Amino acid sequence: MPWTERSDAVTTNARRLETFSYLPPLSDGQIAAQTRSILERGLIPAIEHTPDPGPRNTYWSLWRLPLFDARTPEAVVAEVEGCVRANPEVYVRLSGYDPKRGSKVASFVVRRPV
Amino acid sequence: MAASPATKMFDAGVKPYKDMGYFEPGYAPKETDVLGAFRVTPQEDVPPEEAAAAVAAESSTGTWTSVWTDRLTDLERYRGRCYQIDPVPGEENQYIAYVAYDLDLFEEGSVANMASSIVGNVFGFKALRALRLEDLRVPIAYLKTFQGPPHGIRVERDKLNKYGRPLLGCTIKPKLGLSARTYGLAVYECLRGGLDFTKDDENINSQPFMRWRDRYEFVMEAVGKAEEETGERKGHYLNVTAPGFEEMIERAEVAKELGAPIIMVDYLTVGFTAFTSLSRWCRRNGVLLHCHRAMHAVIDRQRNHGIHWRVLAKWCRMIGGDHLHNGTVVGKLEGDRGATMAINDLLREDFVARDPSRGIYFDQPWASLPGLFPVASGGIHVGHMPDLVAIFGDDAVFQFGGGTLGHPWGNAAGATANRVSLEAVIQARNEGRDVAAEGADILRKAATHSPELGAALETWQDVAFEFEPTDALDRAE
Repeated sequence: MPWTERSDAVTTNARRLETFSYLPPLSDGQIAAQTRSILERGLIPAIEHTPDPGPRNTYWSLWRLPLFDARTPEAVVAEVEGCVRANPEVYVRLSGYDPKRGSKVASFVVRRPV
Repeated sequence: MAASPATKMFDAGVKPYKDMGYFEPGYAPKETDVLGAFRVTPQEDVPPEEAAAAVAAESSTGTWTSVWTDRLTDLERYRGRCYQIDPVPGEENQYIAYVAYDLDLFEEGSVANMASSIVGNVFGFKALRALRLEDLRVPIAYLKTFQGPPHGIRVERDKLNKYGRPLLGCTIKPKLGLSARTYGLAVYECLRGGLDFTKDDENINSQPFMRWRDRYEFVMEAVGKAEEETGERKGHYLNVTAPGFEEMIERAEVAKELGAPIIMVDYLTVGFTAFTSLSRWCRRNGVLLHCHRAMHAVIDRQRNHGIHWRVLAKWCRMIGGDHLHNGTVVGKLEGDRGATMAINDLLREDFVARDPSRGIYFDQPWASLPGLFPVASGGIHVGHMPDLVAIFGDDAVFQFGGGTLGHPWGNAAGATANRVSLEAVIQARNEGRDVAAEGADILRKAATHSPELGAALETWQDVAFEFEPTDALDRAE
């Protein structure tokens, strides 16, 4: 049936988490691919977490220091896992900081509380 | 006493401008000179050197006849100089004349003054059939008298928590006639569906059917509710364009009190002076400023007369907007692709190199003036998303008016369709895929988890706008 004739699709008011939150949750492989892009662009990956990702919550807690020496997506994903083990009930986002620009240029949520 | 014959004190009368120092081929422009590139079409019996010298003269110290006070002035310093003339390839009687102006001809921080000088009376000059200001090199010395965008791209992203993707907006339609409360409903539906911004149209000011204060109140209620429900930062560009300066600032103040993160202005119709004051107000008050370019096509569309859009865009960056509408390349509005991309660079980059193939006549350093978001708007829909991302990159705002509100299931579904398609394209791009080439496939796959996108693709699959631009760049020599 063409999409335009369907009547079961209702746009819900789900809470969202900015970039990529309108896609299905990213798989491990998709997270690794995005992480590779962060590394290839010379950005510094950083892992941040919070129990309450509201629209006014600017600062999430930093998990350790930004990963200045990470060279592979696997190393970054391993740190994400470490963060989740230590903080199981939180939202975790991965950001890419650009030292030239002095700010983030990438940021997306990689784990949600189950 | 009998009158004695007057001693000749100065050469009264009309002299060719080129013999008065306004044509100086080989003059090496100073680092601090303002440089203009003019497209000159002389009247038939006027030699190009004289026409070009006339441009330099009439846009600086010259007038049609000699005056004795010239001799009490350091004209050597203050006169504009045409230092180079190039015939335009493929045109019978058209030239690019390069003119240098001393920095002291311009008041600090005043685009109004710069415009009155450089594009003042000279454009009606009889010796010219037509005249167009193609480009302007603004020297660092002059740029440093401006503060530019009140916030700029980086600060806006930080304030609104939007990273790694272009921002999405939508102009509420129909542009005239809705009541304030119904208008707010359309805003709410767009924002809850996933857009970052909605927007007043350029001619929504304060008409009898919807007064500005009523609109502001209902719209900000809609913005707040959508933020609460989605957990994301949202905004609506409240148009503060008003009859007078005082009313414009009053509207801006009320918008700020209601918590609006962003307001908008029609930066050409309010005039450069009002725009400058509003930009300063926005910096003082931490409110972002969206600039609509209504009236620009009157000034910039003719190939041989007027001011090229790239100059109007440079002026917007100097005075200071945080967003500026630019061509889309793919939608219903005018814009040669190379020239449009070059103007994106002029809005965003810190240095733009001379590149005649893109219509850039001069190196333009921006001396750390913040960059602003180009806004692509007009006749675009989800199907254009891959091309828009390939052309504009992350630092842009895409505005889907009809492409949101025209969705068969309404604004919220239209907004979701736009957001899903954007995120799918960004995800694919970051994975290394060629989104321009694989766009259709990327969108089809994304639609399998988003009925909203599926319906949007079905609705607009065949809509494209393919016309030749009326303002093509000069062909290469």
